[in-house]
Amino acid sequence: MIQALLTVALVVVSALAVAKFPRSVLVFLLFQGSLVFVYRAQIPEWLRRSLLAVALLVLMPAIGYFNGYYLEIATQVGIFVALALGLNIVVGLAGLLDLGYVAFFAVGAYSWAIFGSPHANVIFGGGFPLAGWWFYVFLLVGLGTAAITGILLGLPVLRLHGDYLAIVTLGFGEVIRVLANNLDKPINFTNGPKGITPISRPPAPFGLPYGEYFYFLVLLIVVAVVIVNRRLEDSHIGRAWEAIREDELAARAMGVPLVRMKLMAFACGASFAGVMGVLFSAKQVFINPESFTFLESIGVLAMVILGGMGSIPGAVLGATVVTVLNLQVLKGFSLWLNELKNAGVTVLGYSLADLPTQFEPAKYERMVFGVILVLMMIFRPQGIFPARRRQRELAQPGG
Amino acid sequence: MCMDVALLVRIFPEVLLDGIILGFMYALIALGYTMVYGVLEFINFAHSEIFIVGAFVGVEILLGLKSVGLLDGLPWPIVLVLVLIAGMAASGLLAVTVERIAYRPLRNAPRLIPLISAIGISFFLQDLIRLVESLWRNAFNMVYPTIDVLNLRFELTETLDVSVKSLVVIVGAVLMLWALHLIVNRTKVGTAIRAVAEDQAAASLMGIDVNRIISLTFLIGGAMGGAAGVLFGVQYGLINPYSGFIPGLKAFTAAVLGGIGNIPGAMVGGLVLGLLEAFAASYLSLLTGGAFGAEYKDIFAFSVLILILIFRPKGLLGEVVRERA
Repeated sequence: MIQALLTVALVVVSALAVAKFPRSVLVFLLFQGSLVFVYRAQIPEWLRRSLLAVALLVLMPAIGYFNGYYLEIATQVGIFVALALGLNIVVGLAGLLDLGYVAFFAVGAYSWAIFGSPHANVIFGGGFPLAGWWFYVFLLVGLGTAAITGILLGLPVLRLHGDYLAIVTLGFGEVIRVLANNLDKPINFTNGPKGITPISRPPAPFGLPYGEYFYFLVLLIVVAVVIVNRRLEDSHIGRAWEAIREDELAARAMGVPLVRMKLMAFACGASFAGVMGVLFSAKQVFINPESFTFLESIGVLAMVILGGMGSIPGAVLGATVVTVLNLQVLKGFSLWLNELKNAGVTVLGYSLADLPTQFEPAKYERMVFGVILVLMMIFRPQGIFPARRRQRELAQPGG
Repeated sequence: MCMDVALLVRIFPEVLLDGIILGFMYALIALGYTMVYGVLEFINFAHSEIFIVGAFVGVEILLGLKSVGLLDGLPWPIVLVLVLIAGMAASGLLAVTVERIAYRPLRNAPRLIPLISAIGISFFLQDLIRLVESLWRNAFNMVYPTIDVLNLRFELTETLDVSVKSLVVIVGAVLMLWALHLIVNRTKVGTAIRAVAEDQAAASLMGIDVNRIISLTFLIGGAMGGAAGVLFGVQYGLINPYSGFIPGLKAFTAAVLGGIGNIPGAMVGGLVLGLLEAFAASYLSLLTGGAFGAEYKDIFAFSVLILILIFRPKGLLGEVVRERA
């Protein structure tokens, strides 16, 4: 009872605090932290659900009204949650380390970018861009295209295991990026490094502003993805994936169809990324190959590993923490440092104004990913919210 | 079409030379991957950064010498040897440190765990180099200072002139590979390394300190990477903290091509990949009428990797690609 009261109080207070101090990064972090607290607190299930619903459906858009950037962060978090959940299927459940995951995101993004912008006229003559409502059709098209790409990647590499699979998927990711960069000739498909713009956006219902509209759309897709994930996890498919992860030989002996299950894992994981790619290109209006580098793949991997491989709440938490670190904490630190510089503050006799201009904390996301990966592997390989089965496995050495 | 053929023939020697230089570079880097894979059966993903650290130490030493006026004061072979030794020492020690911190605690973990840790180290090192250089020089794209002698060119044939630095790179790489060959095959330490690669448990029963040999393997592999880094800088001039990644990936491909875990294989694989890539880079665009240019050479290298892994996983020289259970 006391916990319930405390939880409600924490959410309300932190939301009010954000409204009072809309510019403070720390206060927004407090609000995000209160949501994690809601998830972990021992309170009745109905209260937990309604608190989360109120926070995500009412409070978050309200906060976005005070500070649009926070809504942007929340939308980005949602996109990465879906990506992390997709990669979680491939890496966490089926145990296939995919280092080129962002390629599927790129496939989805380019599928809408090409047809939803005047760029398609270059390829097919006139008649483009497609009308905004086609966007919803392309959510499915992106899903399908990415799933097929996943199967195409899966087919040749089925025989590979472990590290070799990892390196080949990495190579595949690079291939997709190089193609995106160079397929502006002989036929201009991707417009090369210049990227594609302007990409149409769907008409927003009820006259919602685009920020709020994309936030709700992402939230809807994330909820759908979470439900699909939970259903998959406990289905015979999910169990087959986990059997493959634990011991391929034993799984085959038990009658698990390896080829079909592995391809299915690639296709499922890829399809989430494809949907999010379509949405991403509409949200950004502009895309170029820079958004689909190896860095992004490793970022998503870091999310999955931080939360705990194979764990759905883990993937959600990991995606949130890493995105918030990148977009909010590092950037906030950069801004703060700049303010101190401009104010001519000195620390221990060293004037901050003398700091080299090339030193920008916001640019060090690789360091963040790197530290997360190494520390997690050494101290807590099962992640923050480990999956129950995974926890048992990692408890025994040599597993 | 006739003219094209004439052009293809004319540029052939030049492309061949480029390919050989690139090939030796890949061979030197590939040794680090293959030696570590030999003893630990895991891909040291951070090796590409160990390689580029060598290049950065090299550029810092050259700039340091330049600032005190010694760059032109000392004879250039001494400068080069000094820089090479510094780069090798730095990369070798870094590799040993990385093994100690990020790989040794994970030696008995499930097989993906150390690989992920290595990726983390790789990313961490990239930004660490950037951080250090940004704070120290307020720039992280570095240019190798030129030594005039190295840029002299002389004509070999009518269509081919060679710069001194290309010769230095080739001679340096050959010397390194030869030294490594002697260490691994003619010394007691080399025998111990091969024994550990063969069977760790048995080697330790024979009184070999396995941990020490593993550290030593990282030291030697790292030093080779560092030497490659310095030569890379001398040859191509421009480096940044992220420019080790792609050569590292290619060198890994070379190691797999030659048969991973196999030291002569790494050398052969490096040369083959270097040549393939050089020819792809210059001939693709000529052969396809400009539709596919040199940009596709990376795709070419990765396709080679995928094909080798699918059709000949043992590599060219036939060492079995082992799977750790």
